[in-house]
Amino acid sequence: MTEAAAQPIEKVSIIVSHGSLEGVYPGLIMANGARMEGIEASLFFTFFGLDAVIKKRMNSLKVATVGNPAMHMPTLLGALPGMSAFATSMMKKEMEKIDIPPVGEFVTMIHDAGCELYACKATVDMFHLKKDDFCPEIDGVISVGQFYERAAGGQIIFT
Amino acid sequence: MATLTIAGNTLALDADGNLANRNDWNEAIAREIAAQEGIPELTPPHWAVINFMRSVFEKEGDSPSIRRLTKESGVDTKALYQLFPKGPAKKAARIAGLPKPKGCI
Repeated sequence: MTEAAAQPIEKVSIIVSHGSLEGVYPGLIMANGARMEGIEASLFFTFFGLDAVIKKRMNSLKVATVGNPAMHMPTLLGALPGMSAFATSMMKKEMEKIDIPPVGEFVTMIHDAGCELYACKATVDMFHLKKDDFCPEIDGVISVGQFYERAAGGQIIFT
Repeated sequence: MATLTIAGNTLALDADGNLANRNDWNEAIAREIAAQEGIPELTPPHWAVINFMRSVFEKEGDSPSIRRLTKESGVDTKALYQLFPKGPAKKAARIAGLPKPKGCI
């Protein structure tokens, strides 16, 4: 291994692009984990990932039971009414056991830990969203260009 | 094995650089480790976190998560990061003479 490869990571910019429960949590856990290690971190929510920071939606995200082969569930079964709600409640129960907070509480915790949270401007325009639709932790609505400027000198993680 | 010498005593450290034996720990040692970590003075909120971590470890065999620290130690997330800059759970565990926390949260 070269000396450069052994340099510790000092900064990460994490993109959250999916709006399902299992699509949102990895990015949040990575961001929180970075701050816990003293690594500078920011989160950029884009497309359906924005649901994680939309007040009305952030605490009712669901696990996808259809089109998700890792659920090991036949598609028709996954499509039954209540199946996604059931899978979601099971997963939330297991997460609570290992101290993973609900999305709203987690977003507050991550923001309090010094991580900056941004919404993607293109998505905000496309879905006609307003500042008021977002949780107060959102630090701003920024373009892709501004995202890259802020990510300068760090690692970018796409989830 | 790495060691730490404080006031003439040589203490064993684990692979992460934390005290290998938590019974070696006392408040003077905590102050010394804190100073090495860039915290010149341990204030009452620092001690609240340190003592909470030690009591959880005593009962459960692992350090509490950052979420539990936030909810139960009486010190909120923002204050935790101010008291223990650059990684509160990790740093507080070291100062408390405990191993690095195993959890991800």
